[in-house]
Amino acid sequence: MAAEQHNPLTQFEIKALVPIQFGQLDFSFTNSALFMVIAVTLATAFLTIGTRRGSLVPGRWQSMAEISYEFVAGMIRDNVGQEGRKYFPFIFTLFMFVLFGNLLGMLPYSFTYTSHIIVTFALAAFVFVGVTVIGFMKHGLPFLKFLMPTGVPIYMAPLIVPIEILSYFTRPVSLALRLFANMTAGHTMLKVFAGFVATLGVLGVVPLALVAALTGLEFIIAFLQAYVFTILTCVYLNDALHMH
Amino acid sequence: MPQFDTATFLPQLFWLTVTFACLFVVVWRYALPRMSEVMVARQRHIDSDLEKASGLRQEAEAVLADYEKALAQARSQAAEAVKQASDEMAAESARRHEAFGKKLSATAREAEGRITSAKEEALAHVSAVAGEVATAAATKLIGTRLPAEQVESAVKAAMRSRD
Repeated sequence: MAAEQHNPLTQFEIKALVPIQFGQLDFSFTNSALFMVIAVTLATAFLTIGTRRGSLVPGRWQSMAEISYEFVAGMIRDNVGQEGRKYFPFIFTLFMFVLFGNLLGMLPYSFTYTSHIIVTFALAAFVFVGVTVIGFMKHGLPFLKFLMPTGVPIYMAPLIVPIEILSYFTRPVSLALRLFANMTAGHTMLKVFAGFVATLGVLGVVPLALVAALTGLEFIIAFLQAYVFTILTCVYLNDALHMH
Repeated sequence: MPQFDTATFLPQLFWLTVTFACLFVVVWRYALPRMSEVMVARQRHIDSDLEKASGLRQEAEAVLADYEKALAQARSQAAEAVKQASDEMAAESARRHEAFGKKLSATAREAEGRITSAKEEALAHVSAVAGEVATAAATKLIGTRLPAEQVESAVKAAMRSRD
């Protein structure tokens, strides 16, 4: 039992809080779902409190909400341009969802839903499919020319095209893996070092200090990975809209 | 690793879809329009304030221009008045100067006339005296009284050759 609790991977276990079954299908409300609900509630509160008064001179909350707005709007403006405005709500939601998931995971005893590959992969796949659909809707079949960069001699096509196809289909995988791996590794590492604190006795101060430092680092990573996920989405969207 | 337990995939995906969709609706329908509305309103307010400020500034500049114009006008009027006065003074001075000059030259001419007539008179007396002296001297020297006309013409010739 004790060994079980010290297993650094225990924190990632999915536990059904409210079992819901539809025939064979499992839609149980799990700890992951609980934290998704909390994250969405907090994000909604953050955006609602921030904009409730809508005063001319923003207060603290309004300022924070406006900074997040400007931050994502700036990302889209710099990476996609004017045409990206349409996708602002989705990209903003994506940023908020990942950011709040990452940050919520920093609370002790909480659950980090972004540390699950299925969640990050679902988000990445949605972005990938969406961006591909947007590309074909905007350019039609010529969007396939994306796989053959301009200026490359035609005889290079047998080499270039498979590489481009591979690199294109690797995008959702790398997008999903990056976030999942960062979150999982960070939280596992914290847990491992935290485990040493108790077992090393007085010397436990050393891993304790390390855990304190790593916690700070994890906060940075939580923000940075949300940023990276969002900016890569912007870059892919730009590729689809403007083809390189 | 619990992450690769496929049995947990479906409930995670289901709740991910539900919660993400909820947040998306909040962001799309409420948060972003509200925020952009506030920010646009702020920008408009700032713009209108700036516009007002530039309007006031223009007004102030117009007032300043008017003031400077009035000042320049007053200055030119003053200069004109000064010029007029000095012209008048110069004319008056010239007139008086001329009158005085005329008066002076008239006096001078009168004096000159007087001097000339006195000189002529003196000269006339001189030839008469010279004739008388010459006659007296000749009488004393040669004992004969020379005729007056001869003496007169000789005196005249002598005086002419002296000139």
